[in-house]
Amino acid sequence: MDILKLTALELGEKIRKKEIAVREAVDAVLARAEAAEPVINSYVTIDREGAYRQAAEIQKKIDSGEPAGPLAGVPAAVKDNMCIRGQLTTCSSRILSNFKPAYTAEAVENLRKAGAVIIGKTNMDEFAMGSTTETSYYGPTKNPHNTAHVPGGSSGGSCAAVAAEECFLALGSDTGGSIRQPSSFCGVVGLKPTYGTVSRYGLIAYGSSLDQIGPITKDVADCAALLEAVASHDTKDSTSIPREDYRFTEALADDVKGLRIGIPRDYMGEGLDGEVKEAVLRAAEVLEERGASVEMFDLGLVKYAIPAYYTIAAAEASSNLERFDGVKYGYRASGYDGLHDMYKKTRSEGFGAEVKRRIMLGSFVLSSGYYDAYYLKALRVKALIKQSFDRAFEKYDVILGPAAPTTAPELGSSLSDPIKMYLGDIYTISVNLAGLPGMSVPVGRDSRNLPVGMQLIGNVFQEKTLIRAAYTYECATQKQFETPAQIGKEA
Amino acid sequence: MAKQYETVIGLEVHIELATKTKIFCGCSTEFGGAPNTHTCPVCTGMPGALPVLNRQVVEYAMAIGLATNCRITQVCKFDRKNYFYPDNPQNYQISQLYLPIARDGWVEIETGAGRKKVRIHEMHMEEDAGKLVHDEWDDTSLVDYNRSGVPLVEIVSEPDMRSAEEVIAYLEKLRMIVQYLGASDCKLQEGSMRADVNLSVREAGSGKLGTRTEMKNLNSFKAIARAIEGERERQIELLEAGKEVVQETRRWDDNKEHSYAMRSKEDAQDYRYFPEPDLVPIVISDEWIAEVKARQPELRTEKLERYKREFDIPRYDAEIITESKRMADIFEETAALCGKPKKAANWLMVETMRLMKEHDMEPEDLTFSPANLAKLIELADAGTVNSSVAKKVFEKIFTDDVEPEAYVKEQGLGMVNDEDALRGVIEKVLADNPKAVEDYRGGKEKAMGALVGQTMRAMKGKADPGMVNAMLKKMLQD
Amino acid sequence: MANKISDETIEYVGILAKLELTDEEKEAAKSDMEKMLDYIDTLNELDTSGIEPMSHVFPVNNVFREDVVTNGDNREDTLANAPLCKEDSFEVPRTIG
Repeated sequence: MDILKLTALELGEKIRKKEIAVREAVDAVLARAEAAEPVINSYVTIDREGAYRQAAEIQKKIDSGEPAGPLAGVPAAVKDNMCIRGQLTTCSSRILSNFKPAYTAEAVENLRKAGAVIIGKTNMDEFAMGSTTETSYYGPTKNPHNTAHVPGGSSGGSCAAVAAEECFLALGSDTGGSIRQPSSFCGVVGLKPTYGTVSRYGLIAYGSSLDQIGPITKDVADCAALLEAVASHDTKDSTSIPREDYRFTEALADDVKGLRIGIPRDYMGEGLDGEVKEAVLRAAEVLEERGASVEMFDLGLVKYAIPAYYTIAAAEASSNLERFDGVKYGYRASGYDGLHDMYKKTRSEGFGAEVKRRIMLGSFVLSSGYYDAYYLKALRVKALIKQSFDRAFEKYDVILGPAAPTTAPELGSSLSDPIKMYLGDIYTISVNLAGLPGMSVPVGRDSRNLPVGMQLIGNVFQEKTLIRAAYTYECATQKQFETPAQIGKEA
Repeated sequence: MAKQYETVIGLEVHIELATKTKIFCGCSTEFGGAPNTHTCPVCTGMPGALPVLNRQVVEYAMAIGLATNCRITQVCKFDRKNYFYPDNPQNYQISQLYLPIARDGWVEIETGAGRKKVRIHEMHMEEDAGKLVHDEWDDTSLVDYNRSGVPLVEIVSEPDMRSAEEVIAYLEKLRMIVQYLGASDCKLQEGSMRADVNLSVREAGSGKLGTRTEMKNLNSFKAIARAIEGERERQIELLEAGKEVVQETRRWDDNKEHSYAMRSKEDAQDYRYFPEPDLVPIVISDEWIAEVKARQPELRTEKLERYKREFDIPRYDAEIITESKRMADIFEETAALCGKPKKAANWLMVETMRLMKEHDMEPEDLTFSPANLAKLIELADAGTVNSSVAKKVFEKIFTDDVEPEAYVKEQGLGMVNDEDALRGVIEKVLADNPKAVEDYRGGKEKAMGALVGQTMRAMKGKADPGMVNAMLKKMLQD
Repeated sequence: MANKISDETIEYVGILAKLELTDEEKEAAKSDMEKMLDYIDTLNELDTSGIEPMSHVFPVNNVFREDVVTNGDNREDTLANAPLCKEDSFEVPRTIG
């Protein structure tokens, strides 16, 4: 049996039944990572010792008959913007190249409580700013399906690690599409929950009002299980929302009868790759065949989401990233003349180009005389975008469309034109502005064999509706995740 | 004729609230403590840490707002104020700009010139910064975040004050109100009350405001008064010389009695305020306001009324005692314990005030317990100690808070009421002072005084003077 | 191109953001910012009069903690990552002359 071909829940079951030892599962992913990492570069840090230590602890519990959850013993990966006590947490930035937090993020704490074995910290765009994982200080991550292409971003490392079978599931974070877009590019399932569902405590902030942690998995059942494990009401996060129902796995039902699906006409027009469009529409047909009603509608305001988003996210980021100053932690430049020179040298040497670009923009739009024209205007547009979704959800249970306009671009083709890169977020960004749940589900491949993802968007707190639709699609197509190309030494 | 100038002053007063924990985390606010011992990821700006608002901060702020006649902002929010400085670990301060908790209030002050209202423009909640210690020798500063995140309210007045006297009266009034509410101890020397002075001058009679400067680093009422005088003179000199006053922030150096401009190219003073996304709005219902009002402790006017009713102490004493909440608390507790309000008031008015002056202390610095003062009053009343011994014991209570009964016993200060012991001493005094005895017997009543004095001296002050008197008379008659 | 960013503006924003850009980076930043601001200016096509700026998506309010001390002496953790540290404090270049 090839352990790596199992889903997280399948592996969990075999561990509970003692058909597979936790150690064996860890051996398998570490061996796989050893082979794949020189090419893929999913991880910033792999914690072999820690993984085996956790494995032994969990095995002991299972052997002593203590109740174990569905993810107990399953090797998992965590995006490198979530703090883990005593473990290097870099945000893929030079400025945090030596930072070991004194505390652990609540979502990671929850993942540990579920018994998952944390293998390591995954690569990302620096401070989650980017859509390709090329802005990482630690080098780009490659798409496991075709290593000449990017995995997407910013959670590219987490998505690539799952796709390349270097872990069974992973946590990512999504500020403007950073879970859904790379999930789509890597052929895995990714979900951004309703804002406030997973605690942000210990997640190194990019755009605080938009950031949300979510699951990245091989299939929909794993996705529901991981979301169930990490979602919680956390009193340490003032924006965490107590929910009535955290039993997301209950939604794993093969049934969409009566489900009203709307496809925004404005998501299917200009700029959308033909093959992506075709794959997404085919997926919609599958759901229609299973009893959902599908129709096209006008969502509106789509083209305004990106400028509104970049104004808000850059403003918040410019403030959130002020704390990186060489005083309390992280990198400090050497050879400076006085306090302000120390600040400037540290930050200029510590941050990469894309991060500096957004800090500059954010500082400008908040500066005296511009706040109303830019920042407040963007917040007003955000209100309008929320209203247009509210109207849509009066008619539909789920909004269906592509997760990204194209499949994964080639390495090195995106960063030269920022606005063009930002346009790649056009379908995902408004979901963050409106605080909604969104999910990316693999629906096939293009002619270059690169995965295509469809995006399902739900009304606030309607993750279960998304999971049900995605699960039904998966059952109908007998799909698990897209098998990667052969990578590394074993190839 | 020289021009007459009027000084126009507005104040920004920062007050540290008396909460047990910081505004956004569960760290202690206790003063002192070794550097960085009262810290956590939140108040040191660790990546990923998030603030959660302390409810008590809102309640104290509401109470102060209500007691200063402000309108409470029923939907209020926090904003971020962005500026780089090492005492500010996030390099932004969580404060309030757009929707501060209270607005449009006033307090009444009284000076030699009479009574007047000073209007309050707004009051907001914010977090305090850490402490910087400068190393003279190696060109570095050291940062301690123990104070980082201690809750503050900042009370911004309108430019309604015209003299240092009015400024001090305003500050004293604010301090009294806040102390009465129990919302802060308002100790200037520990920095739990701080004032920045906005000052401009204009020709008397002019309706237009001059250009103002803001002065920081004022640590005492005396420094504030000196800084106002110094800055007034500096501005007038500039104007007289035909120069302009520059709007800027200045740092007062009380030792040099001079202020310095704090401006540098790196201080752009562009704080880029925006709504704090990590905190949610505060919605204050009418019911909540009513609750805070109902819980409001007795303020000074009410206290004065009650003292008159309950304790029958002179109005003047009551006024002095209630000037500080701390003093009033000591008084009430002492009176309740010993049941002798007049005596309690007396001890505070005379001995306590004298010792405070001697030690250069504020009422807030008093550390003795009312229980010990009450006990001392009882001991004096019971005749266990005489009044001069009682004063000595009180000095010890004042400085070291000793338990008087044990102290008296230990030091052997109790009055000797043993007739036999006293008889022996008196016999010796009479034998040693034949002249005085003769004088007294010869009708010179005054000679009695000398004999009493001799006896008291021999008893080391511990005898009851009344008893000595009576026994002497009796023995001289024999 | 409607927006024009001057050298002074880039300099000023650099002071606010504590970033020191090389001349080359400054030119790039100017052009980037001009393009982004032009893009952001498309928001002006929307009439937002009467629309309240939305900072929080959900009407959640009054999230408080009680005033109870929960943290002890965390000095070691606080200082563990300090680039420079002396006498249990963070060491920085002298802040006032």
